[in-house]
Amino acid sequence: MANDRIKLRIKFRKYGPIRFIGHLDVMRFFQKAIRRAGIDVAYTGGFSPHQIMTFAAPLGVGLESNGEYMDIEVCSITSCQDIMERLNGASVPGIEIVSVNVLPDTAGNAMASVAAAAYTVSFRQGREPLTDIAEALPVFLAKNKIPYIKKAKKGNRELDLKPGIYKLTYLKAENTFFMLLDASSAGNIKPGQVIEALLAESGESLQENALLITREDVYANMGTKDKPEFVTLDAIQA
Amino acid sequence: MGINTSQRLALSDDILMKIEKPERYIGHEVNSVVKDRDNISVRFAMCFPDVYEIGMSHLGIQILYDMFNSMEDVWCERVYSPWTDLDAIMREQNIPLFALESQDPIKGFDFLGITIQYEMCYTNILQVLDLAQIPLNAEERGEDCPIVIGGGPCVYNPEPLADFFDLFYIGEGETQYRNLLDLYIECREKGLGRVEFLRRAAKLPGMYVPRFYRTAYNEDGTIQSFTPTEEGIPERITKEIVMDVTDTYYPMKPIVPFIKVTQDRVVLEIQRGCIRGCRFCQAGQLYRPVRERDVDTLKKWAVEMLKNTGHEEISLSSLSSSDYSKLPELIDFLINECGKNHTNISLPSLRIDAFSLDVMGKVQDVRKSSLTFAPEAGSQRLRNVINKGLTEEVILKGAGLAFEGGWTRVKLYFMLGLPTETEEDIEGIAELSNKTAALFYDMVPKDKRTNGRVQIVASTSFFVPKPFTPFQWASQCTKDEFIEKAYQTRTAIARQLNQKSIKYNWHEADASVLEGVLARGDRRLCQVIRRVYEKGSFYDAWGEYYDNERWLETMEEYGLSVDFYTHRERAADEILPWDFIDCGVSREFLWREWEKAKREEISENCSLKCQGCGAAKFGCGICVVPREGV
Repeated sequence: MANDRIKLRIKFRKYGPIRFIGHLDVMRFFQKAIRRAGIDVAYTGGFSPHQIMTFAAPLGVGLESNGEYMDIEVCSITSCQDIMERLNGASVPGIEIVSVNVLPDTAGNAMASVAAAAYTVSFRQGREPLTDIAEALPVFLAKNKIPYIKKAKKGNRELDLKPGIYKLTYLKAENTFFMLLDASSAGNIKPGQVIEALLAESGESLQENALLITREDVYANMGTKDKPEFVTLDAIQA
Repeated sequence: MGINTSQRLALSDDILMKIEKPERYIGHEVNSVVKDRDNISVRFAMCFPDVYEIGMSHLGIQILYDMFNSMEDVWCERVYSPWTDLDAIMREQNIPLFALESQDPIKGFDFLGITIQYEMCYTNILQVLDLAQIPLNAEERGEDCPIVIGGGPCVYNPEPLADFFDLFYIGEGETQYRNLLDLYIECREKGLGRVEFLRRAAKLPGMYVPRFYRTAYNEDGTIQSFTPTEEGIPERITKEIVMDVTDTYYPMKPIVPFIKVTQDRVVLEIQRGCIRGCRFCQAGQLYRPVRERDVDTLKKWAVEMLKNTGHEEISLSSLSSSDYSKLPELIDFLINECGKNHTNISLPSLRIDAFSLDVMGKVQDVRKSSLTFAPEAGSQRLRNVINKGLTEEVILKGAGLAFEGGWTRVKLYFMLGLPTETEEDIEGIAELSNKTAALFYDMVPKDKRTNGRVQIVASTSFFVPKPFTPFQWASQCTKDEFIEKAYQTRTAIARQLNQKSIKYNWHEADASVLEGVLARGDRRLCQVIRRVYEKGSFYDAWGEYYDNERWLETMEEYGLSVDFYTHRERAADEILPWDFIDCGVSREFLWREWEKAKREEISENCSLKCQGCGAAKFGCGICVVPREGV
């Protein structure tokens, strides 16, 4: 009975060598980890039942994250703390569960809730651009439109990045950007696209594999489209 | 998991971002073992010379990995063939091949153990050595190189690889490794050097050190003599065997890969060996006598392995699961246990009968699954020759039961090119396929046909004679003969009434011929394998990378004939390259079976009547339990 089930939101970090594990394999990893941890997970019906599990937003290969989310449904729970401990016990170094919360029945699933994501981004040593970022950034941010050509198999498409950049700052001392970007299915922007557009202003292009990217967290929009009010996905609790 | 988890990877981010499936090279899988380098006496790199997904699916390595790592002073790690994309980068950037767990270069290990499961991986062995920056020929290696040791079924004829290995371990790995490592540690402490270690190792049971043996050839290319070059080196080497397969090593915590590998499930080996004695089958002879595992132990293991891996599926493994005496009890237990937590059961190598159909109906979706029969030959006459005790009556009865049960897909496996095969035998493949299809249309009324029609998939492979089988003396077909036989099969099927319900698959002939060369080859092939590798061949087991012309041309360069190794029927008194190995089954028994094959006589299986094969000398398994008959 669906009504008896409890929805859990699980937040985890992904770092170190594990950043090279692709999204589908992270899902496979959790399917098995949940079984090793002995969690009373709910399954779909039918001839090939699978665990009821949704991920918020796929993380690209090579990126680290401090805020990944997965929702699962369980038939019973001990306590959120206990589930977190058991999952960590069944995990590998590099995938660390940082919180487990019960979701309100009314909450949308993790994937549908995603509105924005925060990233810290820095340049790899030796691949810093010539552009003076501190100088270029205010000009870049003052623009009304930030055109970006998205290359796709079915021809290129011009996007305007501007409305999807909610926040963009740069700490010169640490050579680090902080960005809050649209991560909804309709308007998803990648950190690399922003940096590319920024460098393009001074005619420079981004070197291959030049960025070190960490996704810091993923947000839902509790406000409206025009007046967004972003909260992290783990702030939604029963 | 353990202490000291290495965060450093052998490959740079740039490389890992560029290659296919970087997960193949980063280790860190659940249940992989990480130890403290500083408290380890022996470092062992265990290699399967093929791509990660294939190598990770191999049970033997998991058993030995578990065994070695249960030894406090040993750290066993894994290494596989880098895929072609990474291979090119490693060569270009001079990156040494590394072990997955520590990411340390293989060259610094004490041992590199390579399991040799099929002939077409021989060039990959050289790829692994080369990338590890270890000289390809054993005698070129210095004290800074690991001891390179080979194991697995292909070492029952190790001669085509003799130059590349310091040592071959003949037989089951669970028994002698500790003694070998102790000897190694002792020699190291005394500073005796690798040659002296190998000399002493050669005297341990099951160990073959090729450098201490010489082969002389007759003018016609056959072997004149095969002899030790030093006093005290044994002339014959008897395989190692586990006497009690219940009280032994078995990995309760198998490694769980991140990427989907071929065998993405718990594998439960229920018995070793086979009672059947099919005359084409090498495994059926090599692993004699059949030894069953205690059913209560298996139940315990199944539960524990499922819990420790989180796998959603368990598979029973053996050469012929239906012959396991406690199969119904075990399956009942598993169905019950697995039903509780959505675990699938996979049951390969089951004989199709009322019992197995009942079981399969319970554990899989009948509409989606297919049933497999392996008649191996198209006629009863030829099935008698190969001692495959499956009759047309049994196949059709099984198929009938299956159709009643709702199955609509049937796979039939055959071999082409078996000794004494005639056109009628080939015709029989088409006829049996047709009869199976016809049975469906006779039995199942139109409105009850789930998928509209029946689908019969007939597949043929080409027969390759293997050492230690009664067919080790037999002539293998040439490529042209193989192709002609496949053509005959195809046209015979096309003539059948139900041909639209029959799909026919056949293998490439080129690789089967070369497999035959390597399977029954001798030491002179070492130079060919090396040269072919140097010309750029590896991943020969992968059709898209196999270069047949290159092999043929290189054979010719060294004055060696393909037909000599494959097409020639061997005489009764010819010295075969593998004669110095004693796998338990005697040459006299094999010759007797060869003669019976030619007379189309069958031999009863081990549970019905002892055929005196010789394996009884090991004093274990079915040879020491009273026969129950029938």
